[in-house]
Amino acid sequence: MSTQALEVGPPKDSGQSRTAWRLLMNNRLAAAAFYIVVLIVIMALMAPILPLHDPDTTSPANRLLPLFSEGHLLGTDHLGRDVLARLVWGTRVSLFVGISAALAAAFFGSLIGLVAGYAGGRADNLIMRGIDMLMAFPYILLALAIVAVLGPGLLNALYAIAIVNIPFFARNVRGITRGLSHREFVDAARLSGKSHIAILTTEILPNVLPIIVITMSTTIGWMILETAGLSFLGLGAQPPQADLGSMLGQGRALLFTAPMISVIPGVMVFLIVMGVNLLGDGVRDALDPRLRAGALSRPMPVTRIERPHVPEPDETAKASALAVTGLETSFEQGGGREVAVKGISFTLRKGECLGLIGESGSGKSVTALSILGLVASPPGVITGGAVTIEGRDVLSLDETQIASFRGGKVAYIFQDPLTTLHPLFTVGEQVAEAVRAHQPIDRVGAHEKAVELLRTVQIPDPEQRARAYPHELSGGQRQRVGIAMALANDPDIIIADEPTTALDVTVQAEILRLLQALRRDRGLALLFITHDFGVVAEICDRVAVMRHGEIVEAGETATVLGDPKHPYTKRLIACVPIPGQGRAFLDAIRALPSADTDRGRGA
Amino acid sequence: MASYIAKRLFAAIPVLLGLSMIVFLIMAMIPGDPATAILGSYATPENVERLNRSLGLDKALPQQYLAWLGNLLHGDFGRSYALNRPVLDEVLERFSATLILAGTALILCTVFGLLAGIVSAVRQFGWVDRVVTFFVLIGISIPSFFLGLLLILLFAVQLRILPASGMYAIYGGGDLADLLKHLLLPAVTLAVVATGVVARLTRTAMLEVLRQDFIRTARAKGLSERKVIYRHALKAAMVSVVPVIGLQAGFVLGGAVYIETVFQWPGIGAMLVKAISTRDLLLVQGGVLFVAAAYVFVNLIADIVQAVLDPRLKT
Amino acid sequence: MDAISVTNLTKTFAGGWSLFRGRGHEVRAVRDVTLALRPGETLAVVGESGSGKSTLARMMVGLEKPTSGDMRIAGKDAAALRAEGPRAFGRVIQYVFQDPVSSLNPRKTIDAILDPPLRLLKGYDKVRRRARMKELMDAVQMPANTLERYPHEFSGGQAQRIAIARALAAEPRIIVLDEPVSALDVSVQAQTLLLLEDLRAEFKMSYLFISHDLAVVESISDRVAVMYSGEIVETASAEQLFRTPRHEYTKRLLSSAPRLKPPGRGRLEGG
Repeated sequence: MSTQALEVGPPKDSGQSRTAWRLLMNNRLAAAAFYIVVLIVIMALMAPILPLHDPDTTSPANRLLPLFSEGHLLGTDHLGRDVLARLVWGTRVSLFVGISAALAAAFFGSLIGLVAGYAGGRADNLIMRGIDMLMAFPYILLALAIVAVLGPGLLNALYAIAIVNIPFFARNVRGITRGLSHREFVDAARLSGKSHIAILTTEILPNVLPIIVITMSTTIGWMILETAGLSFLGLGAQPPQADLGSMLGQGRALLFTAPMISVIPGVMVFLIVMGVNLLGDGVRDALDPRLRAGALSRPMPVTRIERPHVPEPDETAKASALAVTGLETSFEQGGGREVAVKGISFTLRKGECLGLIGESGSGKSVTALSILGLVASPPGVITGGAVTIEGRDVLSLDETQIASFRGGKVAYIFQDPLTTLHPLFTVGEQVAEAVRAHQPIDRVGAHEKAVELLRTVQIPDPEQRARAYPHELSGGQRQRVGIAMALANDPDIIIADEPTTALDVTVQAEILRLLQALRRDRGLALLFITHDFGVVAEICDRVAVMRHGEIVEAGETATVLGDPKHPYTKRLIACVPIPGQGRAFLDAIRALPSADTDRGRGA
Repeated sequence: MASYIAKRLFAAIPVLLGLSMIVFLIMAMIPGDPATAILGSYATPENVERLNRSLGLDKALPQQYLAWLGNLLHGDFGRSYALNRPVLDEVLERFSATLILAGTALILCTVFGLLAGIVSAVRQFGWVDRVVTFFVLIGISIPSFFLGLLLILLFAVQLRILPASGMYAIYGGGDLADLLKHLLLPAVTLAVVATGVVARLTRTAMLEVLRQDFIRTARAKGLSERKVIYRHALKAAMVSVVPVIGLQAGFVLGGAVYIETVFQWPGIGAMLVKAISTRDLLLVQGGVLFVAAAYVFVNLIADIVQAVLDPRLKT
Repeated sequence: MDAISVTNLTKTFAGGWSLFRGRGHEVRAVRDVTLALRPGETLAVVGESGSGKSTLARMMVGLEKPTSGDMRIAGKDAAALRAEGPRAFGRVIQYVFQDPVSSLNPRKTIDAILDPPLRLLKGYDKVRRRARMKELMDAVQMPANTLERYPHEFSGGQAQRIAIARALAAEPRIIVLDEPVSALDVSVQAQTLLLLEDLRAEFKMSYLFISHDLAVVESISDRVAVMYSGEIVETASAEQLFRTPRHEYTKRLLSSAPRLKPPGRGRLEGG
C-alpha cells in the first residue's frame, strides 16, 4: 500500500462521521457484508445462551451423523460432538483471537509508527531498520518461529499473529506521520507553544486515525485467516477447545469419508473473512477522500461530448486558425452537473497570440483542454458549442481523427514540466515519440529529429541531453523539452497552459523570449493561458478576460490593459502592483470599492 | 547499473545478519534450559551436555551469537536429533521441493495477476472488470488450506483426474509429466491469494497512473490509446507493482507451510510444521533462516528490476 | 535595539551518507548572512527558488537551528531563548506560512486552532481567550462565526487571514511572513497585503517579508535584501534598490519581471 497515496482527507464537520456512515451504507456490497458480519458476531456473542449442545461432549454412539439429523442440524463429528455447537463456539474463539490480535497489532504498530515518524532522524532510522528486519521474514514463517519457541497454544498463536502484523501498521502510520510532521500546521502548533507530546496527540493523531482504521479494517480479515491457519496446523487452539481452524484441521483426516466436517468450518471462515474484507474495502472507500471523489475512474481518451445541438461556425470562424463558438464544459458531481465553462466564444487568428487570463476557478484551463477533448472524463463533459479548426468542427470527429490533430496541427504546452513529462523515458525518447506519432519515420530518424528540436529550443549540448531523464534537468530546461515536443510536427497552433507559472522569473523571461522568437519565425498562432497580467502585456496581441466560466471582456492587449471597460477587469488590473509605484499601490487598493472578489474565491 | 547492483548486494548483508540475529534471539528466548528444550525426548544427559557445549551456552549472549554465526558460515546448522541427520542436509533436500512449488506459484501469480489487473483497469466497470473483481475477492478471502481441501475433493475424489498428494507417484513416476501432474493443484492453490493481491494492486496502480499529468501529455502528443496505455501507463504502473510481486514471494514461501501440509508436498513448510510439533528446534531454526534468506534474495531481484524501470531510484 | 539581528549566520544541511562515496556533499543553504530588522520596519528578503530565503526565515523563528553564527531576537540571544523552552520564541516572534490551507489543521475548528497560543503563550483564562478570539477575527476582518467552522470551509484568502490571526494571537513584536500572498489570486493578494500593512501599523510590529515577487515587495517594504544561492548580495532601501540596483543579479531580477506597462522600452524582443 503506498503511503503517500493516503493523503489526509478533508476534514470532518460535525456530520463527517455521519457522512462516512451514509457512504458506507450506500455501497451495497459493503452494507450487505456489514449485516453478515454483525449477524455472525451476534451469534458468536450469544453462544452461551443459545439452545446448543455442549460442544465438547463426546458421544461415540452418535458419531458422524449426516447433515440435518434429528437433534443435530449440522450432524456430528468423529467423536459424536455436535457440529453446529462446535461451529458457533469455534466462531466465537476465532473472532475473539483475530480481533484481539488486530487490536494489539494496531495499537503497538501505530505507536511505533507515530513515534518514529514524528521523531525523524536517527531514532526513526533505527526503529525502521528494526521493522524492516521483521518484514524481511515471510510473515507466516515468523509467526511459526514464535509459536515454535512459545509452544503451541491459542494465546501464543494470538501473540505471534499480533507481532508479525506490527511492522505493517508501523510502516503505514510512520509514512503518514512523517508527511504530516513536515506540514505547516505542525510547525504552526510548535510556534503556538505546544509540546511535542501535545502535537503528537492533538495535531497528528486525529489526522492519522482514519489511516489506522483503514489499515485495521483491511487487515483484520488476514489476521482471522492466519490464526485459523495456525490452528489448522495444530499450533493454535488445542483440544478439546476448538476454533474454526482446528475444526478444519481435525476434519481433514476424514476428508474422504465425511467431507462436510471440514467443509462447514471452512465455509464459515470464508464467510467471515469475505465479509470483513468487503466491509474493510467499504470503510476505506468511505474514509479515503480520493476514492470518495471518484478520482480512481479511468479517464477516457477523449472527453465525453454530449451536445444537445451543434452551433454552425460562421465565416470568420472558418477563416481563423481556431474558433471556439459557444463552448460549454461541465463536471459531473454526485448526480448533478456543474458548468465550468459557460458558452464562451473567441477566435484565434493565424499567427497571432491570444491571451486567456483569469483567476483560479475562472475556467481558463478547462477551456484550453476542451479544445481537443483533453479534459479528464469522467467527470468532465463537453455539453455545448463547437471548436473549428480549418473549417471543420473538431468535436464532431471520431477519436482517431481528434488524435491526429493533437500534436499535429495543434500542440499543447503544459504548466509543470516535472509532472507533465513521463518520468521513466528519456527526454529524447519523448520528443522522438511525438515525431513518430505523426510522421512515417524510423527510430533513428526520429531521434535525429528530436536532437534537432532540442537544439531549436536552445538546450545546450542536445545530443547529450537527449539521453537525460526529466528529473536530471532544471525546471527551465524541462519546459524547453515541453516546447520541443510541441514543435515536433510543425503545428499551426500552440495552446500553452500557464507554461511559465512554475518557473522563477529569470527563467520565465527566457522561456517567454523563446516562445516569442519561435512564433515569429514559424508564424505560429499561440493561445496563451495565464493568470499574470504582466506576462500578457509582454507577449499577447489580444487578450480575453475570464471570470466564473465567462469571458467578461476581450480586445487588443494595449486597449484592455490601458483602458479596461468591465469593472472586473478594472479591479483586477488595479490589484497588480506596478514597479515604481511603491507604497502608493496600497493606498490605491484602499481606495477601491469593496467587491466580492475580496471575500470570494481565493487560491 | 552494475554499481547499483553491487550496492544492493552489499546492502543485503546487514539484512541477512539482522535476520540471523532475530532468529538467534527468538531461540535464546526459549524458557528453561535450551538444550533440554531442543532435545526434548532425546534428552539423554550426554546429549544435553554435548549440545550445551556446541551451543556455547556457558558464554555470554553476544559470544554465543558469534560462535553460532561462525558455525553457520561453515555450513554447520547443527543436528536434528529427531531425524538424526545434519540440519543442513535435510533443509537443502526439502528446500528444492519448496522452490519448485513456490517458484511455480510465483510465476502463476505474476502472469495471471498482471493480466487480470491490466484488463480490469482498461475495461473499468466492464464485465471483465466485474468478473475479475469477484474472483479477486474470493481469492483473497478463502483460506488457502480450505481451498486446497476443496480442490482435492473435486479433482482427486470426485473427478479423479489429479493426484491428491505427494510430489511423484509412488510407483513408476518420477518424470517431468508426473511432477507437473502433482504440482498443478498445490501450485494453483498457493498462487490464488497472491494472484488476487497482484491483480488488485495492478488495477489500482494503472488507474492511478492514468490520472497523471504525463498521461495527458502523451494524449496531447496524439499517441494512440494503445500506446498511451501499454507503453506510458503500464511502465509507470510497473514501478509500484514490482515490489508487490517481491512481497508475494514472501507470501508463497510462507503459504507453502499450509499447502505442503494439505498436499503432503515434501517441502520445507511441511518439515517446519512437523519439526515444531516434535520440538526439533534446530531444524526449525535452519529452515526459517533458509526460507528468509531466499525471500531476501527475491526482494533483491525485485529492487533491481524496479531500478531498471525507474532511473530515479539509481541515484 | 534591532528587532532581529543576525551576524554571519550559516546553515548547512548534511548530505546523505553512502557506503561508496562516504559522506555525501553538504548543502550550504544559508552562507554568512548578516542582517538587521529594525523595530517597526518591514524588511523584505527577495530571492528565487533555492536561494535559501525560507531556511533563513525558519531559523529566525526557531524552527531550524543555525549551524553557526550569531542571532539575536529582540535583543536576546537566540540560543538563550531556545534554552528557555519552546514557548519563549513564540512569545516574541511568529510566522505566517506560504500555503494557508496546509498551515491550518484540517481536523480542527478555527477556535481550536487559535486556542493554543492564547492559552500556552499568553496564559489567558477561558473567558479572556474567547474575547480575544473575537477581537482577532475583527482585526483580520472575518465574521465572528468563523470560529466554529473548519478550515476547508474557507477560500485561500480567508484561510490566510485566519493564519494571520493565529500569529497575532501571541501578540508578538515580530512576524516572519514566508511568501504570504504567493498562493493567492491577485485581487485577494492585494487585499491581504493591505491588511498586513494596517496590522503592522496598528500593533507596532516589525515584519520580515520573504518573497520572490518584486512588485509585491516594492509595495510593502521599507528595505530590501536580495538573496542569491544562500548569500545576501545587496541590501538597500526599497526606493533605492528599485531605482538604482547595484548588484548584477538584482538588475537581472528586475529586468526579468514581466511588466504591465513597460516603461520606455518596447515589447519583449525575440532572442
